[in-house]
Amino acid sequence: MQRVRLRYTKRGRLRFTSHRDFQRAFERALRRAEVPMAYSAGFTPHPKVSYANAAPTGTASEAEYLEIALAAPREVAWLRERLDESLPAGLDIVDAVEAKTSGFAERLEASAWELRLEGVDPAEAERAAKVFLTTSSVEVSRETKKGIRTFDARAAVTALEAADAFASPSPSGGSDALASVPCAILRLVVRHLTPAVRPDDVLSGLRSVADLAPPVPAGVTRLAQGPLDERTGTVTDPFAPDRDAATAALPTAAGQQAAAAPEITGQ
Amino acid sequence: MPVESVFPRLEALLPHVQKPIQYVGGELNSTVKDWDACDVRWALMYPDAYEVGLPNQGVMILYEVLNEREGVLAERTYSVWPDLEELMRKHEVPQFTVDAHRPVGAFDLFGVSFSTELGYTNLLTALDLAGIPLSAAERTEDHPVVVAGGHAAFNPEPIAEFIDCAVIGDGEQAVLEISEIVRAWKAADRPGGREELLLRLAKTGGVYVPGFYDVEYLPDGRIARMVPNRSGVPWRVSKHTVMDLDEWPYPKQPLVPLAETVHERMSVEIFRGCTRGCRFCQAGMITRPVRERSITGIGDMVDKGLKATGFEEVGLLSLSSADHSEIADVAGGLADRYEEDKIGLSLPSTRVDAFNIDLANELTRNGRRSGLTFAPEGGSERIRKVINKMVSEEDLIRTVSTAYGNGWRQVKLYFMCGLPTETDEDVLQIADMATRVIAEGRKVSGSNDIRCTVSIGGFVPKPHTPFQWAPQLSSEETDARLAKLRDRIRGDKKYGRSIGFRYHDGKPGIVEGLLSRGDRRVGAVIRAVYEAGGRFDGWREYFSYDQWMECAARVLPGYGVDVDWYTTRERSYEEVLPWDHLDSGLDKDWLWEDWQDALDEVEVEDCRWTPCFDCGVCPQMQTEIQIGPTGKKLLPLTVVGK
Ligand code: SF4
Repeated sequence: MQRVRLRYTKRGRLRFTSHRDFQRAFERALRRAEVPMAYSAGFTPHPKVSYANAAPTGTASEAEYLEIALAAPREVAWLRERLDESLPAGLDIVDAVEAKTSGFAERLEASAWELRLEGVDPAEAERAAKVFLTTSSVEVSRETKKGIRTFDARAAVTALEAADAFASPSPSGGSDALASVPCAILRLVVRHLTPAVRPDDVLSGLRSVADLAPPVPAGVTRLAQGPLDERTGTVTDPFAPDRDAATAALPTAAGQQAAAAPEITGQ
Repeated sequence: MPVESVFPRLEALLPHVQKPIQYVGGELNSTVKDWDACDVRWALMYPDAYEVGLPNQGVMILYEVLNEREGVLAERTYSVWPDLEELMRKHEVPQFTVDAHRPVGAFDLFGVSFSTELGYTNLLTALDLAGIPLSAAERTEDHPVVVAGGHAAFNPEPIAEFIDCAVIGDGEQAVLEISEIVRAWKAADRPGGREELLLRLAKTGGVYVPGFYDVEYLPDGRIARMVPNRSGVPWRVSKHTVMDLDEWPYPKQPLVPLAETVHERMSVEIFRGCTRGCRFCQAGMITRPVRERSITGIGDMVDKGLKATGFEEVGLLSLSSADHSEIADVAGGLADRYEEDKIGLSLPSTRVDAFNIDLANELTRNGRRSGLTFAPEGGSERIRKVINKMVSEEDLIRTVSTAYGNGWRQVKLYFMCGLPTETDEDVLQIADMATRVIAEGRKVSGSNDIRCTVSIGGFVPKPHTPFQWAPQLSSEETDARLAKLRDRIRGDKKYGRSIGFRYHDGKPGIVEGLLSRGDRRVGAVIRAVYEAGGRFDGWREYFSYDQWMECAARVLPGYGVDVDWYTTRERSYEEVLPWDHLDSGLDKDWLWEDWQDALDEVEVEDCRWTPCFDCGVCPQMQTEIQIGPTGKKLLPLTVVGK
């Protein structure tokens, strides 16, 4: 059975899509694209799709992942294109690879995030980030279905730094018309631990330890998900092992594809 | 002049509201046209929450029909929930369309489709949020022309003050005609202003402009007459009828929302109209005559629609889908075509006969047989004669036991309470019917594990039906009668536990009754309720009966009338009804005769299968019944190789 891994986005206004909404939309796209899906057994068979940790509703993402199982083989490039066409613009399939390795979910060790803080002075954001990083433990609380949970938001964070606001236009579609309003951008790398630390938790941490209080909700975008390179502190492409395996089998053609793969640390 | 998107301002509010996805648009098959390249611009609204409004076929059809036209643009807007409304007011974000987030106030036309009267307060919320004066009389050339449509528009009098005009009947040709008139008027640099535009619309005879009619009252509160107050304005306004459904295969590209909605399926309308003649049914009366889509037309729409949407279920819509002249071939053909693709088919039909079960069996070939619904509507044979629902007790028992015999485990029976001439006894017979159904069902299925659910709600007399003269049962009497029925069912030792009982209390029905048969004076009640915070009246958690009654008690005495006057009062033959100047084609004398026949328990046949019984629609509207059979079959779809 052919298994294909896909990288997709939640861009602009469609970042308000919840994970359930996305699942419905994706299953419809599979039918529109006439993808020969493998189905689960049972009374109400479902197409076999597995999703990896989805970004919360309201956060944009350039790097969501899922895997599908096909009943008949299809070319990966064809699949990517057809599915992308079948989804509404903003939910875009940006990369695809045939699964050649196992343990994909475990490979998603960390996420790189961009936090766009409109109305916040970049210097102020930089100061707050430093305070956060020099604090050994940052207690935050979040409302969950089981009530308020309190946990440490610091340990999971491996990087938090201010980025140049103008070098990086926001993919989350914030208003660029208000050029006179200052806008700080923070880059954040978080290890996927339990309990999961979300960008929101880091923002509440920044508020509690450094009094950073953005006047409008932060524009949050996941830029990458994948293995954490401990040496450089960057998040790398989780498809690389699948590409390497394919390259080993088919030296020329697939090698080019790997070279054309998008830079995963942000675009 | 370019119109700015309000999205940047809205976006900042969205993280603070429930289900923000419903406000962002971007649905598959939605269209955003260039504002400046169009000269006629419509904002279309379904005045309820997005989850209810998005699947609405009427809006979806008009949206596509208008956007297909060059130079015409249509965008959609829905009611925002109170959490967002509050933020929008605070941050001065106006009512917006979900397509390009343009402010509704910037459009030329604001079309609102009312399936029910319970959307009226939501209309006022939307107008106010859009910055459009609530009263049409206060609007200027800068404001959109507010057009009401949908079934409730067949009596638009309660909202006469708030709308500029109303269109009754099928909308697809009507909106194109209106667009042309608006275009010509704009191109000529708006001669005569808003008044002239409305006059041009009114003169077509198919657009009702309430401001061009004066209502005169009698000392006792009844209407004396409705008179046009401009020359060239017709005495009566006609409904619109689309004759060839195959020429209008809309929606071709059904919208596929990201948010979850009440219908997670694609719908294909297989015919319009119904001539079964159920006397309580407004939809059946106002959509005459029957016009079928051909079997091949249906097959085509299903095929293209599924390709365009990726839905896994198709509903074959109409008022009584089992009545299509070729429904067996339609159902069988579609079941054959989509057996492999795991596409579910559903057919809303509540007909009480064995044929309906055959159809349901066909559509669930490989699925599970869970529930079947039948609608006898009345509990006793006598009351069924009154409402012209021709089904005998024997038929019903035979039909339902056939269903159990075919493996269906759960049967739902729909009834109404408060029908004209009804007594407690008529309603209590529902309990007897249900016990017979269970007894019979246990026998034929050989199992005690079968259920029957009785679902019952209060009857509301509607305009343009033979019951438009009938007294509505008070909510107290409705509730008392339903309580007796509940006790009778629960008290049954042997079968009671197999019978489910669902009922709606009588209070919402009284408000619906007030709005359905109301006149212009009721508008003051709607405004008062809106001002007191009334919203989303179709939702149990928002609807407030007490608020409606308080407002009515405050406003109506000034006119010498009250809620009972509009609801529980029986009308006489001579009375001028508020909707008499809106022509549904039905001959008022025929309706009156049918009302008298109802009281005499005399039934009337379906004109599809018997000679015309002169309801008046066909000659008045120059229409005729359009039914098959065409004799064609649905051929298997050939699989195109890639
Ligand atoms: S006019 Fe005659 S044929 Fe036409 S809908 Fe009425 S009863 Fe039927």
